[in-house]
Amino acid sequence: MSVEPGGEVGGEITKIASEHAAQNGADAAAPSNHVGQAMRRKEDPRLITGRARYVDDITLPGTLWMAFVRSPEANAKIVSIDTSAAQEHPGVHAVFTGPDLTDLAGPLPMAWVPPGIEVNNPEHWPLAREHVRHVGDPVAVVLGVDRYGVVDAAEDVVVEYDALPAVTDPEAALEGPPYVHEQLGTNKVHEWSLPNDRLQAGFDEAEVVIERRVVNHRTAGAPIEPRGVLADYRAGSLTVWSSTQVPHFVRLFLAILLGMSEERVRVIAPEVGGGFGAKLQMTGEEVLAAWCSRKLGQPVKWIETRSENMAVNHQGRDQIAYCRMGAKRDGTITAFHVKIIADLGAYNMLLTPTIPALGAFVMSGVYKIPAVHTDVVGVFTNKCPTDAIRGAGRPEATHMIEVCIDQLAAELDMDLLELRRKNFVPSDAFPAEMATGVIYDSGDYDKSLDKLLEHVDLDAFRREQTELRQQGVYRGIGFSTYTEICGLAPTRVVGPEGFGNQAGFWESALVRVHNTGAVTAYTGASPHGQGHETAFAQIVADKLGVDPSVVEVVHGDTGTGPEGRNTYGSRSLAVGGESLARCAKKVADKARAIVAHQLEAAPEDIELRDGKFSVRGSPDRGMTLAEVAGAAYLNQVPEGMEPGLEETSFWEPENFVFPFGAHACVVDVDAETGKVKVVRYVAVDDCGKAINPMLIEGQVHGGVVHAIGQALYERVHYDESGQLITGTFVDYALPTAAELPSFELDRTETPSPVNSLGVKGVGEAGTIAASAAVTNAVIDAVRPLGVSYMNMPLTPMRVWEAISEAQGRKEGVSA
Amino acid sequence: MSKTVPVRLEVNGVEHQLDVEPRVLLVHALRDRLGLTGTHVGCDTSNCGACTVHLNGRAVKSCTVLAVQADGAAVTTIEGMGNEQQLHPLQEAFWNDHGLQCGYCTPGMIMAAAGLLAENPNPTESEVRHALEGNLCRCTGYHNIVKAVLDAAAVGSGVTAQPEVKA
Ligand code: FES
Ligand code: FES
Repeated sequence: MSVEPGGEVGGEITKIASEHAAQNGADAAAPSNHVGQAMRRKEDPRLITGRARYVDDITLPGTLWMAFVRSPEANAKIVSIDTSAAQEHPGVHAVFTGPDLTDLAGPLPMAWVPPGIEVNNPEHWPLAREHVRHVGDPVAVVLGVDRYGVVDAAEDVVVEYDALPAVTDPEAALEGPPYVHEQLGTNKVHEWSLPNDRLQAGFDEAEVVIERRVVNHRTAGAPIEPRGVLADYRAGSLTVWSSTQVPHFVRLFLAILLGMSEERVRVIAPEVGGGFGAKLQMTGEEVLAAWCSRKLGQPVKWIETRSENMAVNHQGRDQIAYCRMGAKRDGTITAFHVKIIADLGAYNMLLTPTIPALGAFVMSGVYKIPAVHTDVVGVFTNKCPTDAIRGAGRPEATHMIEVCIDQLAAELDMDLLELRRKNFVPSDAFPAEMATGVIYDSGDYDKSLDKLLEHVDLDAFRREQTELRQQGVYRGIGFSTYTEICGLAPTRVVGPEGFGNQAGFWESALVRVHNTGAVTAYTGASPHGQGHETAFAQIVADKLGVDPSVVEVVHGDTGTGPEGRNTYGSRSLAVGGESLARCAKKVADKARAIVAHQLEAAPEDIELRDGKFSVRGSPDRGMTLAEVAGAAYLNQVPEGMEPGLEETSFWEPENFVFPFGAHACVVDVDAETGKVKVVRYVAVDDCGKAINPMLIEGQVHGGVVHAIGQALYERVHYDESGQLITGTFVDYALPTAAELPSFELDRTETPSPVNSLGVKGVGEAGTIAASAAVTNAVIDAVRPLGVSYMNMPLTPMRVWEAISEAQGRKEGVSA
Repeated sequence: MSKTVPVRLEVNGVEHQLDVEPRVLLVHALRDRLGLTGTHVGCDTSNCGACTVHLNGRAVKSCTVLAVQADGAAVTTIEGMGNEQQLHPLQEAFWNDHGLQCGYCTPGMIMAAAGLLAENPNPTESEVRHALEGNLCRCTGYHNIVKAVLDAAAVGSGVTAQPEVKA
């Protein structure tokens, strides 16, 4: 028997609702088999037809444009600012400078402070007061009616600077002066260690020790949509549209800095054109747009130019690491010590000083090294601040480990993969407590390497390599076997009492079943291209027995769902997705109770089968979600139960998750020019259970290319005087389609025990793994030419120089 | 603000008369004046291709063209390629093949790809990769974009790059 909501339990409204549901398919029973399928994305129709709305696509009546006057100097005192000519421009409403912002409650926040140490954190204001400290530091804003007109006026703001010597080399900066912040009398930001008291013993046991200086140079996040803000202050309430990954954080900080009550501030991340960590920030531009809107009583819009983005959007990496790896002759690694000098740029931003420290937690890689010790020294320089960029500390760490492993293998004259396998954490050791104090949740490193070798025949490659060398073609192969730490949570570890982040790291979910059985699912995660609307709909649909097409996922708006913790650190699925799964399960539990009540059965006997909540053993006695919703909203629920069908969850995992995998890269190096070409890239990744394999592949493709970019092409470059040389896409070389091959991907699935879905993150994995595979491949290619080690970026110039120098050595010519 | 000049544009089959400053870029005329916000801006040096549209049937970067230079021309933007009810084969292929993530580069990619297929309906992978060299994507690593263009070529999409209906 099936209950007809319009008949037995319903009235006219319910009947209309159910007819409507029948039209759009919301009432259709759907078997719970969507998780694991490569469903094409729900978000795409608007994106492929040009109907999506990014910040710059939103216009409000009376909007004023905001343009910046930015410092051309790397280090200078501001002697004077003359805004009078700019004020005279037609259409200009106001010009503001640093001293105008007296009513801000405080400077820009640094919200993550490694505990128990001193962090030098000088004030950082949205507009410079008295001093500029890097090219692009903002000194004034111009507001006016016309997009082009405000730029004209900004050019007429006359700023007199007293230029001072700049410091750009972090190692020289540690010796100081000059000082970026004169009043500190040092350029050191902080010193932090993840110590290990067995370190000396580990090196004592070692029979071979290699030492390398491993450089992870500075790169840009470079989302193709630059940042942008539209702020609208009206009658005591502020609405801000921002191209951000973290609307919930931005809401909190805007309320604090503007002295507003939090409920009066709503932040919306509309369509966001990529983030890669570059939009995980509380920016001065957001504060200024909001402040100016309040001051002038009109909406204010700022759309970043690419040139601004390259100069002032926080950058990433920029770590020089002194690595020492000790091993026995048989290849057993006994100790790994890394000292990182991290160039943090001119200021601390939201998470700046902790980024290099994040790498310390995976400094053991996939290897059971008994002693792993990381020291970090942060340094101010006259450059753009650094902060989280895709991987944030873990790509650097993985690069250090995986490059050192290859260097060690060469030193030991041992096979690269045999050395790795010898030191792998064995698959029966999980959950595995590492020397870093971190507990890896699950893994099977031999399995991913085995799978990789199903695609890559190494013996055949070596034969081909030898033959090609005889023809003057230098082909090399590089490997990277990696793990990473992601799914940022739990609070006990990363929060105020643990690693010092001033927040809790749960994620929220709200699942609302409407009258018709259609579902809205709110998440506190805030995507910018990942495909949450699809993957999360698949999860919720399966828990409720409906089709994902009738599950709408709402995100990125502090004015709709519960408080959220946003998207970064590959946390959305492992924390936010799981939270939604649990929330949907709560709804399903209530549905079961309602069905039991309707059908006079015991709630334990109601199961979700083929899209119906039916009585165990008699599948024809059941109700679809639409029918349950009909009953729930007619208050046909058990005694003492509230009507309606909606639940909220806040969920936090007990541990991080640790995706892992094995990558191989094949390159050709032109020995005449130093040019490197990636010929083949094979990646086997394990991010636990797959929700949507198509989305996983997309994340891996993009992640790998991000790291290939770093390894071969991209570098943020400042000259000695602190001038930015790579200020546009002309000089900053993002990889294009023409340089790259198509990729070969495969997966293993080792579920995480940390969440019920068994999932791990995958947004950063490719980036974390790939730079070492590329670097190792290039070194492998040119070894016969006498080159045994190089640092990124492996530009033609650098590779050619290394080859020439090695050849010079060979021929006895001093290079 | 300097003097404005009249410009006549036929955009996606619809005639428009605009008065613009001579310095106004075509992309801003399309976005800010005509409300066609599907065409994006990702750089200020003509490198990213997010702004790609068709000008008299040829793919161009609309940030590199002044609106006045386009006077009298026919422009096709992503909005003129197809809609949710009737997708262009390239749009369909980008959707099927997961050829987009954040979607910001996507309109430009589709317009550039349509330009390629109009000239070369059966490109090789290498030809697709070189044709898209002027379009940057930070999300996809290009793998699925290239796949989508090849798949669209297989169903034959080059010829329909221009809208047939005139308003
Ligand atoms: S906006 Fe036209 S090429 Fe970048
Ligand atoms: S899909 Fe995001 S830039 Fe291409």
